[in-house]
Amino acid sequence: MYVAVKGGEKAIDAAHEYLAEKRRGDAASPELSIAQIDGQLALAVDRVMAEGSLYDRELAALAIKQARGDLIEAIFLLRAHRTTLARFGTSLPLNMNAMRISRRISAAFKDIPGGQVLGPTFDYTHRLLDSSLLADQEPVRAASADVPLAASIPRVLELLGQEGLIEPAADDGQPAGDITEEPLDFPSTRDRRLQVLARGDEGFLLSLAYSTQRGYGRNHPFVGEIRFGCVPVSICPEELGFEIYIGEIEVTECEMINQFHGTADVPPQFTRGYGLVFGQLERKAMSMALVDRALRVAEFAEDQIGPAQDEEFVLSHCDNVQATGFVEHLKLPHYVDFQAELALLRTLRKERET
Amino acid sequence: MTQINFAYLNEQTKRMIRRALLKAVAIPGYQVPFASREMPMPYGWGTGGVQVTAAILTPDDTLKVIDQGADDTTNAVSIRKFFARTAGVATTTETQKATIIQTRHRVPEHPLTEGQILVYQVPIPEPLRFLEPRETETRTMHALEEYGVMHVKLYEDIATHGHIATSYAYPAKVASRYVFDPSPIPKFDNPKLNHCAALQLFGAGREKRIYAVPPFTQVISLDFEDHPFEVQRWDTPCAICGSGTGYLDEIITDDAGTRMFVCSDTDHCATQAALKAGPNAA
Repeated sequence: MYVAVKGGEKAIDAAHEYLAEKRRGDAASPELSIAQIDGQLALAVDRVMAEGSLYDRELAALAIKQARGDLIEAIFLLRAHRTTLARFGTSLPLNMNAMRISRRISAAFKDIPGGQVLGPTFDYTHRLLDSSLLADQEPVRAASADVPLAASIPRVLELLGQEGLIEPAADDGQPAGDITEEPLDFPSTRDRRLQVLARGDEGFLLSLAYSTQRGYGRNHPFVGEIRFGCVPVSICPEELGFEIYIGEIEVTECEMINQFHGTADVPPQFTRGYGLVFGQLERKAMSMALVDRALRVAEFAEDQIGPAQDEEFVLSHCDNVQATGFVEHLKLPHYVDFQAELALLRTLRKERET
Repeated sequence: MTQINFAYLNEQTKRMIRRALLKAVAIPGYQVPFASREMPMPYGWGTGGVQVTAAILTPDDTLKVIDQGADDTTNAVSIRKFFARTAGVATTTETQKATIIQTRHRVPEHPLTEGQILVYQVPIPEPLRFLEPRETETRTMHALEEYGVMHVKLYEDIATHGHIATSYAYPAKVASRYVFDPSPIPKFDNPKLNHCAALQLFGAGREKRIYAVPPFTQVISLDFEDHPFEVQRWDTPCAICGSGTGYLDEIITDDAGTRMFVCSDTDHCATQAALKAGPNAA
């Protein structure tokens, strides 16, 4: 005789305990500290903060530990925590010219005022596995340059702008939208699109950006400037009426110079694609800039030929917390619906026989 | 970390959701956009339903959570525990004792009563989505009450298979206006939505939509005069309680593929089994 399965609650508790054991790994090896994750897996922490849409290195490192290194799971943990936080203010727009620069390069000009500043990058390394890292290393202290960087470093696109060669990046004075407060609507606006892209999955945006380079919505990009460093964050509480500096965050900004464009009224000029993310995530910032430009297809009356140019497609599918949830929900029981399909299929087959 | 608010969501978020709910009740079947939040369970696991429940829950409520009709499926257990922990409300498995029932994929067999609220978890709120993938298009189609494409789809099913080949998430029209998706309940449950005494709320978290069927509102499943809407039937009653009125799940009991059919609604099954055993049984 069949007995309906009970004890789901007990099984869940046991599964969670097993998970906790696996999370810890070999008990003989020392436990990872949050500070180690933050310090030595810093780029993973950056990614989790960026896509988790919450700038908090400690919580992001905690999420990575709790998620056993599954970054999308960690991003999800951070997003869920974000839901519980009350908002006490909105920061003023970041002043990128006030960045304390760690890295700043341009691919458009050989030499630029302020110089090419390479900073901590994998770009010029040979990707050979370094077996010396198998053992503990003496900490490295990098040398500093003899001459400090200029206090303010001009932006490459502004230099082009002085000649009118690139479209101005004008502030329309409108408050920026916030897709976490108001659901996304289509057709969307560029500020909202950029917010979605900044939180979007790095892999998805990378592939879309790549597709534009291979002809599915080509936009002739040049890296005008990529900068990475610390920028100050300020808020201006309404009741005080003056700015308060609340700290600084690390961000990567990518300004892409794209295909020129002109109309009857405006002489030809380059157009822009923009990327901005928490942490040092150049791949993400560049992908974001390429996809941002691709999504401006209607603005420039371009032909829409690639998926990267399709606003509803890109914005509806680039969030990995949404995507992973819906894909993985197929693991949940579906036997009521499956039973309905089974019954229908049996009926159709029976009718075919008779 | 700080203390979590009653039923997890902060009060600003609840107010935002309640506004969407009021609008949804005022326009039956209309999909109201809302600023859905990330919840501590994944999208697709019922975040829409969980947010609706969190927004309407009061400390005096008694909550029942079912998935596939059952109280003891993993996800039902998880969501029930979530509210027991974050809201401290009483929980029950008995349909009649619950003031709020959150469900995935089923409507309880026992008729719901006035004052009860049924909260559905919805994966894809747009009934036209698989006929037209673009939201910009489907919103216009709803605005113009342009539902011909849905009837064509159902007609094509009949032309191809001799039957309407939709067995769950069967589209229906609410209050003679909006065609809506009753969520992936088997079409067996569709008739229960019509003139239901309880308030029915639908939450789609990932898709950021809320819609509602107010109490005693007409809900008509789409069909044709010569192919009227009909529900699933079974040749045998439930193998456990002997009831012939509920939706049955098929269970494979051995390697030889022996099958038996049992109630999907576990509370209904237990009630019927107790009735059959009689008042003297323990």
